[in-house]
Amino acid sequence: MSNLKNFFGTRWGIISVGATIGVLASLLQKWGNPPNMGICVACFERDIAGALGLHRAAVVQYIRPEIIGFVLGSLIAAYIFKEFRPRVGSAPIVRFILGFFAMIGALVFLGCPWRALLRLAGGDGNAIFGLAGLMTGVAAGVLFLKNGYNLRKNQKTYASVGWILPLIMLSLFAFLVVAPLMGDGGKSGPIFFSEKGPGSMHALIAISIFIGLAIGFLAQRSRFCTMGAIRDIILIRNFHLSSGVFALLIAAFVSNIILGQFHAGFSGQPIAQTNQIWNFLGMSLAGLAFALAGGCPGRQLFLAGEGDGDAAVFVIGMIVGAGFAHNFSLASSPAGPGLYGPHAVIIGLLVCFYIGITMREKI
Amino acid sequence: MAEQIDARGLSCPQPVILVHQKMKQLGRGTFEVMVDTDTSRENIGRLTKNEGWEVVEVRPHDSGYLILLRKE
Repeated sequence: MSNLKNFFGTRWGIISVGATIGVLASLLQKWGNPPNMGICVACFERDIAGALGLHRAAVVQYIRPEIIGFVLGSLIAAYIFKEFRPRVGSAPIVRFILGFFAMIGALVFLGCPWRALLRLAGGDGNAIFGLAGLMTGVAAGVLFLKNGYNLRKNQKTYASVGWILPLIMLSLFAFLVVAPLMGDGGKSGPIFFSEKGPGSMHALIAISIFIGLAIGFLAQRSRFCTMGAIRDIILIRNFHLSSGVFALLIAAFVSNIILGQFHAGFSGQPIAQTNQIWNFLGMSLAGLAFALAGGCPGRQLFLAGEGDGDAAVFVIGMIVGAGFAHNFSLASSPAGPGLYGPHAVIIGLLVCFYIGITMREKI
Repeated sequence: MAEQIDARGLSCPQPVILVHQKMKQLGRGTFEVMVDTDTSRENIGRLTKNEGWEVVEVRPHDSGYLILLRKE
C-alpha cells in the first residue's frame, strides 16, 4: 500500500493519472458523452443544476454520475490511505462567491480547464484562447498570492461535516436512478432530463459512475490539479503537476485520433463559440477565481471528498452560479456569448480583484 | 531550537509560499514547518528539492507532520 502511495506522488505517478484521465475522457465521448466533453466539471455541474430545476435550459439537464464518482472516489481513497481530514472555516462565503463567478467565466468559454484541454485534443482551436485566458487568470492570482493574499486558516471539525458533500452526492445518485415526480403536486419533475442537446448525450450510468470513481480515487492520490499546474510553474518553477496536465492532453489527442474524434478547426466545433475575446476573458475570470480558491473545479471536488468543507462550499457556489448563468442569459451558446455574459465577466473580475486586494496579510 | 513555521490549516499553496519565503530569508540554515495534510508535506518536499534544501526529518505531529528542513 505504501508503495502505491509513493508512486502517485512521483512524476510518473502524476503522468500516469493524467494519461488515464485523457484516455477515459476520450472513451466516454465514444460511449455517449457529448463531443469534446468526455469530462467537463463545469458543464457537468451545470447539467446537474439543470436537472434539479435550478435553471430551465432544456438542452443541458442531466445528473452526471461522473461528478458523483469524483467526490466518492476521492472519499474512498482518503479513507483507505488515512487522509480523510474534516476541516472547514476558511472564509466559506468568499469561496462560495469564487465558485459562483468561476462557473460564470467557465460557461462564457463553455468549459472548465479539463474540457479546454479535451477541446484542444479534439482539434477545437478556440480552446487555445480559453487556455491562454486560464493562464492569464492564474498568473493574476499568483500576483495576489505573492502580495499576501490568503483566506486564513481552516479548523478541524467533526467527521460528519466532511461527509455532507459526499451525502449530497449519494442523494443526487438516488435522484438520478429514481427520478421522483415531486413537482406540480407530484405530476412532473423536478428531476429534468434533456431530451435533446448535450444534456441528452451520456454514457451508461454504470460506466460513468465507475469511471468517475476511478478518476476520483486516482486524482485524490496524485493531487491532480490543472490550475495548480500553471500556478506552480509561475510561483515556484515546479513542473510536477503540469507533467500530468500535458499527459492528459497528449493521451486524449492520441485517443481521439485512434477513435476518429479529431476534427481540427475553429468554426463548427461542438459546444463551442468563436468570439475569442470572451473565450479569453471568460477563462481569465475562471482561472483567477480558481487560483484565489486554491484549486481547479476538479480539485475542489477531490478536496471535498477528503473532508474539506470549504472546497464543498466552492462546489455549491459553482452549481448555484450555473443556475444564474442560464437564468440571466450569461452562458454562451454556439451562436456566441450570452446577452449579458460579458457584463457578468467584467463584474466577476472586479469581484475577484476586490477579494484579492482586500484579503491580504502583511508578508 | 530551530525556528518554526505553523502552516496548519492553510490551504494550498500557502504552506509552500511561507516555506519559500523563509528559505529566501534565511539563505541557509535550519527550520521546522508544521503542516496538517499530506498534500502540503509532499509539496514542501518538492519545493525543498527545487531550492537545493534538504528534508532532514518528517515526524508525525498533532495529526499532521513536523518537517525539519536544512541547507548547509
